[in-house]
Amino acid sequence: MKSSRRRFLKIAGISALGLGAKPVLDVMASSSETAAPKTAKGENVLTAKRWALVIDTRKLQSEEDLDPMIEICDKIHNVPKFENKNHEIKWLWAEEFKHEFPMQEPDFLNDRLKHMSFLTLCNHCEKAPCVRVCPTKATFKREDGIVLMDFHRCIGCRFCMAACPYGSRSFNFRDPRPFIKETNPDFPTRTKGVVEKCNFCAERLAVGKLPACVEASNGALTFGDLDDPESEVRAVLRSNYTIRRKPALGTGPSVFYIV
Amino acid sequence: MPNKKQMYDKGKVVIGLCILVALMTFPFWYNLGKAAPAPEPKLSEKAKAAKECVMPKAYMTSGHMQLLNEWRDTVVRDAKRIYTNPSGKKFNMSLSNTCLDCHVEKAEFCDKCHNYASVTPYCWDCHIDPKEAK
Ligand code: SF4
Ligand code: SF4
Repeated sequence: MKSSRRRFLKIAGISALGLGAKPVLDVMASSSETAAPKTAKGENVLTAKRWALVIDTRKLQSEEDLDPMIEICDKIHNVPKFENKNHEIKWLWAEEFKHEFPMQEPDFLNDRLKHMSFLTLCNHCEKAPCVRVCPTKATFKREDGIVLMDFHRCIGCRFCMAACPYGSRSFNFRDPRPFIKETNPDFPTRTKGVVEKCNFCAERLAVGKLPACVEASNGALTFGDLDDPESEVRAVLRSNYTIRRKPALGTGPSVFYIV
Repeated sequence: MPNKKQMYDKGKVVIGLCILVALMTFPFWYNLGKAAPAPEPKLSEKAKAAKECVMPKAYMTSGHMQLLNEWRDTVVRDAKRIYTNPSGKKFNMSLSNTCLDCHVEKAEFCDKCHNYASVTPYCWDCHIDPKEAK
């Protein structure tokens, strides 16, 4: 009698131990399964702490000098051409001094600057107001300083357009597809109801290429890491006087102009 | 005094009711025994030759939408574009340029099931079917 109760308790105890160990064993079993899929950046990826662009306007006198850059940007990014000015989509475009640098206009601006066309694009601001206002985080700042849009998440509220002091953003009032002359299958189009803007050619940096405008600029544009004192942009900034758009607003543009 | 149980125009009313019932149930017996067969998405020659998709077929059939969502977020948010599957094969995470490069016929592949299941994913509002672009 005594010994059989003892046996019963022993068996009960061992079974309880076994039950308790099952979840532990399960976890161990699952961790030894086949390797999980991995994701990584491409081998040739260009990286920086803060990408920046310096535009040497001395080398870009007329609007014709800007055209090749604007054309290639529009083409590779499937930017539509609308006749109606109100529907215009702009990634890279030309602007005159008084619109490019309001409040920075001297009383007696020299003739060259007065009549010149300035290359204009998103400034990928250090403290980008468009990022702060976006309610869906569709507009966000990457760790390399690029202010990027996740078109999947944009709800078209246009807060960002109101917040951007540079007019760098455009809204798709209509389906842009019929207005794209030649579609580039490597890059998506946008759809009606989303905002878009320059992306500093994030898709090219990912495969080791410089932005298309820089490549087409014949050396008028310099692109590089603003945080790296040894970079080419920093060398250009050290040896030239540059201005930025609306500096008093404190947005910290990453696009510099040698005037 | 008229009989309370009497029904006026009994013949017409009954015929009318019959027609009504017949019309209302028409879709049911018209489609009887004609359930649409489950679609068979057609694999392109290139996909057949590749034998293996990014992940095993069962997972791709049931979970390709989750996979695509993960790809989307990884590419856009983390700037990572290379996917290595469990067997060590590398892929560029791109719907238009990787998936559709093998599954060349979107109409014969994606659309077949999507139409059957009556889902309209909005991928194609922006992402390009390279075939259409040409
Ligand atoms: S220029 Fe405008 S759109 Fe570009 S980062 Fe600055 S605030 Fe945003
Ligand atoms: S329009 Fe899109 S990107 Fe701009 S603030 Fe609204 S959701 Fe964000």
